[in-house]
Amino acid sequence: MSKRFYAGTRKGLFTFEKDGSKWVQTGWNFPGIQIPAILPDRRDGTLYAVVDHGHFGTKLHRSDDQGETWTELDPPAYPERPEDVPEVLDPFRQVPIPWSLEKVWALESAGPDKGGDLWCGTIPGGLFYSNDRGETWELNRSLWDRPERAKWAGGGYDFPGIHSICVDPRDSQRVVVAISCGGNWITKDGGENWTQGAEGMLYDFMPADQGGADPDGQDPHRMVQCQGQADHFWVQHHCGIFRSKTAADGWEEIKGVSPSAFGFAVAVHPTDSNTAWFAPALKDENRYPADGKFIVNRTRDGGETFEALSKGLPEPPAYDLIYRHALEVDDSGNELIMGSTTGGLWFSDDQGDSWDAISMNLPPVFCLRFS
Amino acid sequence: MASVDFSPNISSQVDVGKSTVKASTIKAALLELFESNPKLKSYLVNDDGTLRKHVAIVVDGVPVKDRANQSDSISEKSEIFIMQALSGG
Repeated sequence: MSKRFYAGTRKGLFTFEKDGSKWVQTGWNFPGIQIPAILPDRRDGTLYAVVDHGHFGTKLHRSDDQGETWTELDPPAYPERPEDVPEVLDPFRQVPIPWSLEKVWALESAGPDKGGDLWCGTIPGGLFYSNDRGETWELNRSLWDRPERAKWAGGGYDFPGIHSICVDPRDSQRVVVAISCGGNWITKDGGENWTQGAEGMLYDFMPADQGGADPDGQDPHRMVQCQGQADHFWVQHHCGIFRSKTAADGWEEIKGVSPSAFGFAVAVHPTDSNTAWFAPALKDENRYPADGKFIVNRTRDGGETFEALSKGLPEPPAYDLIYRHALEVDDSGNELIMGSTTGGLWFSDDQGDSWDAISMNLPPVFCLRFS
Repeated sequence: MASVDFSPNISSQVDVGKSTVKASTIKAALLELFESNPKLKSYLVNDDGTLRKHVAIVVDGVPVKDRANQSDSISEKSEIFIMQALSGG
């Protein structure tokens, strides 16, 4: 099978395959329906697609033949809130956080030694686990029941959500999840116990003593882990770029990033944690490239310096925004794919030095995954 | 028995069509429908049983009032129509 990747968009799931040096569209599933998450499971070749109907909620579909046919599965469902468990209120709006699935935001395999087990991150903040390839799901109550959840808040959505799940390649019992807005949580025992790891993240618009440095309220937009240096993580945060060399337990801010330290997406080289890519935009609510100059920011020295890469990307003015799951690097660390809110889709085979447009007319791109 | 029908938007996703229910409330009617078609449930209600934000149910031309508990009464002659709400796009 030729190399392929999947694009989850506002209007369905698109499949692209490499034909020589070019990528061509070879499939379109779930036309017209939102696809907020995809998981090509390399352990057994299964393809999972989260299908988000505008009216009828989130569903999960599974394909055993690379998208030719699909089986609809029951989506993760929150249990009924026990009477002895008090409501948790959104700290700013003072409305109850529902025990009800709003959105699936992250889907990951649980590790090579875990059969077909899956982790699933959701809005309003619940983490689910499946030990049967998505047939059934169980809410991870040890994280959901943490008292600190009362400080989690929505980031871009009404309620908090888990968008990043990093399973340690050395030990699948070690998992880190990132929450907008709830910091990042670490388990070393497969989800039995959790600790907050977002010490060091902070908001620049909020005094530290007014909650601006509270780990439980932080908004990491996206968190990625270097597979070859698995203690090394990067976060694109609402107020900047942060790096951890301590397994996501404590972070250091990368300062002086130009043209902007705001954005959603980050990708890290699979073996060299000093190399990472970002897609900067103006904060907070503006969310377009500074001066209409659409670039990718790359560091090769752990954040000491950044290179603005634009060869092959649209000339200014361009207002493409890259969502948190729409910048991906392959296992070689050389090939990148990137999709934008205005339907641009680009490929680089030289670590971002240059980009080729695959399409400029897709629906808004939510997520990309290499198979 | 009350009659139930669905908009094409729903029947394109779930295998549903015209049917009847014995129920005397919308809640009971939905439970009857879910019992015969479990897949339909997650399309119409949230995990906590409340009606989805962008799902509309009309009984004899009047939208359901109690979207949380669906306690609205129905009669044997009621016509129930379940559809997508345009608020959802």
